[in-house]
Amino acid sequence: MMRFAAAVLAVVLSVAGIAGARETRASRVAMPVIKIENGEACVAPAEEMRRDHMTFLLHQRDRTLRQGLREPRFSLKNCVDCHASRETGSVLGQEGFCSSCHAYAAVSMDCFECHTPLRRSGAARARR
Amino acid sequence: MSLDRRQFLAWGTAAAAGAALVPGLRLIELAQARSPQEAASALQRWGLLIDITKCTDCEVCVTACHEENGVSGHGRPETDAQWIRKVSLRDKRTGYAQALPLMCQHCEHPPCVDVCPTGASFRRDDGIVLVDKHTCIGCRYCVMACPYGARSFVHEAVSGQKPDVPRGKGTVESCTLCVHRVDRGEIPACVEACNRDGGNAMAFGDLNDSCAEIRGRLRREHSSQIRADLALNTGVRYQGL
Repeated sequence: MMRFAAAVLAVVLSVAGIAGARETRASRVAMPVIKIENGEACVAPAEEMRRDHMTFLLHQRDRTLRQGLREPRFSLKNCVDCHASRETGSVLGQEGFCSSCHAYAAVSMDCFECHTPLRRSGAARARR
Repeated sequence: MSLDRRQFLAWGTAAAAGAALVPGLRLIELAQARSPQEAASALQRWGLLIDITKCTDCEVCVTACHEENGVSGHGRPETDAQWIRKVSLRDKRTGYAQALPLMCQHCEHPPCVDVCPTGASFRRDDGIVLVDKHTCIGCRYCVMACPYGARSFVHEAVSGQKPDVPRGKGTVESCTLCVHRVDRGEIPACVEACNRDGGNAMAFGDLNDSCAEIRGRLRREHSSQIRADLALNTGVRYQGL
């Protein structure tokens, strides 16, 4: 009888332990914040953008700089204009669209070492 | 193949009309902005013509350039970036003094491109010499190679960049001939400011376009290149030097 009770206690404790561990792990990891402030649809389906946005940006940057092709579709300026936070006007910061996901995935990005993370003013956006 | 008289006449008329139209007539204004889907082409070569006799001692071009491109210093003139500067010349014997704005001369054969180990320094098809900061490693060979001292190294972290003009620590930069404005069909900020607030000393245009004002002036009037002995064929020309 005592042996049975000990076994039951052990099972209960281990289940509680697993659940507890899961809870603390979930609370420890900063989940990405995905808040999309502007626009109804992105330039490509969300799955494709999640997987390939870096490739799109890499090709676009060379076309823009080297050939002078300023196509709006995968332009970094347009990304920032739609995805910048309404409060901070930026894609970086605690809840920034770019930085929160990149922090979660532990992938560093260099774009904003040079490019501004801030959304353009309305007049500047109208100029293309 | 046989041609009847009517067909022969029709083709002949069309050919004659075409030949009459070609010189001097432009069906679409060339100065208009390229469409964003159209690449910069070697048919154009952008350049500047600066008349030093009209250049006063103002700094309007320098201020406008640095404002347009978000170039701000840290109050350290030795290391702060400089895209355009006013240079004073003085004849020691006669005391005759001149001032001229000096920036990247957008050479046809740029020494900065020759020495760049990564291909970051390049010349765009329309003659604008640029730095690809994505591949620039900050070695500063181009700074050494440029005979005009036009290039600057960014020593300190930058913030508050303009959306059209990315700038960052550890890369080299120089005058871009306001490439973002030129691609929109506008003229560089220095030229616009000089024509508005300065002495109207600067002109911008396509050196390959036979109808452009700058081309006409270069054909009619005397102009010179700085360090013409280096045979770099600069895109920036000076008058009254």
